[in-house]
Amino acid sequence: MNAMSLGPYAPFIVTSYLLVAAVVAVLIAWIAIDYRSQKRRLHELEAGGMLRRSGRSATDLK
Amino acid sequence: MTLIDLANPTRFLSLSTRALPWLAGATAILLAIGLYQSAMAPDDYQQGATVKIMFIHVPNAWLSMFVWGVMSVAALGTLVWRHPLADVAAKAAAPIGATFTFLALVTGSLWGRPMWGTYWEWDARLTSVLILFLMYLGLIALWRAVEDQSRAARAAAILTLVGAINLPIIKFSVDWWNTLHQPASVMRLGGPTLDRAFLIPLLVMAVAFSLLFVTLHLAAMRNEILRRRVRALQMMQVAQSGRRSA
Repeated sequence: MNAMSLGPYAPFIVTSYLLVAAVVAVLIAWIAIDYRSQKRRLHELEAGGMLRRSGRSATDLK
Repeated sequence: MTLIDLANPTRFLSLSTRALPWLAGATAILLAIGLYQSAMAPDDYQQGATVKIMFIHVPNAWLSMFVWGVMSVAALGTLVWRHPLADVAAKAAAPIGATFTFLALVTGSLWGRPMWGTYWEWDARLTSVLILFLMYLGLIALWRAVEDQSRAARAAAILTLVGAINLPIIKFSVDWWNTLHQPASVMRLGGPTLDRAFLIPLLVMAVAFSLLFVTLHLAAMRNEILRRRVRALQMMQVAQSGRRSA
């Protein structure tokens, strides 16, 4: 099993993988939070009577 | 399905909403396979286990340039074809490209310390990638600084096309100048020089990270379209309240 034998440079290897995982997770979370935020703002505007010129719901993604 | 069909933001939203779960699933599966293969790959006879950093460093480095390439095509879409989604695509790609470039720089640095004896060297490859990262940050700042989105789109498109000059400099920097960085070992005339034991996990990880980019890019484009709808409705709201008070 090579996976368990990282040798004397294990901290560099483990740090690299953890860093990539953490940064990608933050990127995914940021995009997901942004999506929810935009949908919430559109719902609030539509609830306040604001409609698109087409009359379709701005949050209808189907 | 043509680019013209996708020019309609509503149609794009519908398509991306249906495609995203499948893309995310495929990305997760390929990442799991790639990580397993990376963990099981043998040690390199010179680099030992540090070769495992290659499986995450190289896909991020490739994507750092690929994303700028995507933004360059989008820039042409803005300036030449005036495609309605071109500047949406360019704006959404910039933070993702900056992230991949940051990860390429940091993982390269963490690989360089045990192999070269230094985290950083001001040589052509490292410096040109750092410039790419700074250009990404500049583009993000430009999008945020200019209120009028169509003006920001044109300025960003020009900056993106000018910045594309850096891509061949990055690619060929290891051939044109003396550098600590190794020359190309996969994308080269004459085929890859990497052993299959390293090449296959690397290619799986590269495809997985590319799918990750496509997934995140579609999701970020969807967010940007919704953000523009929010802005349009807010402007209508302001105009209505202005008429009422007049």
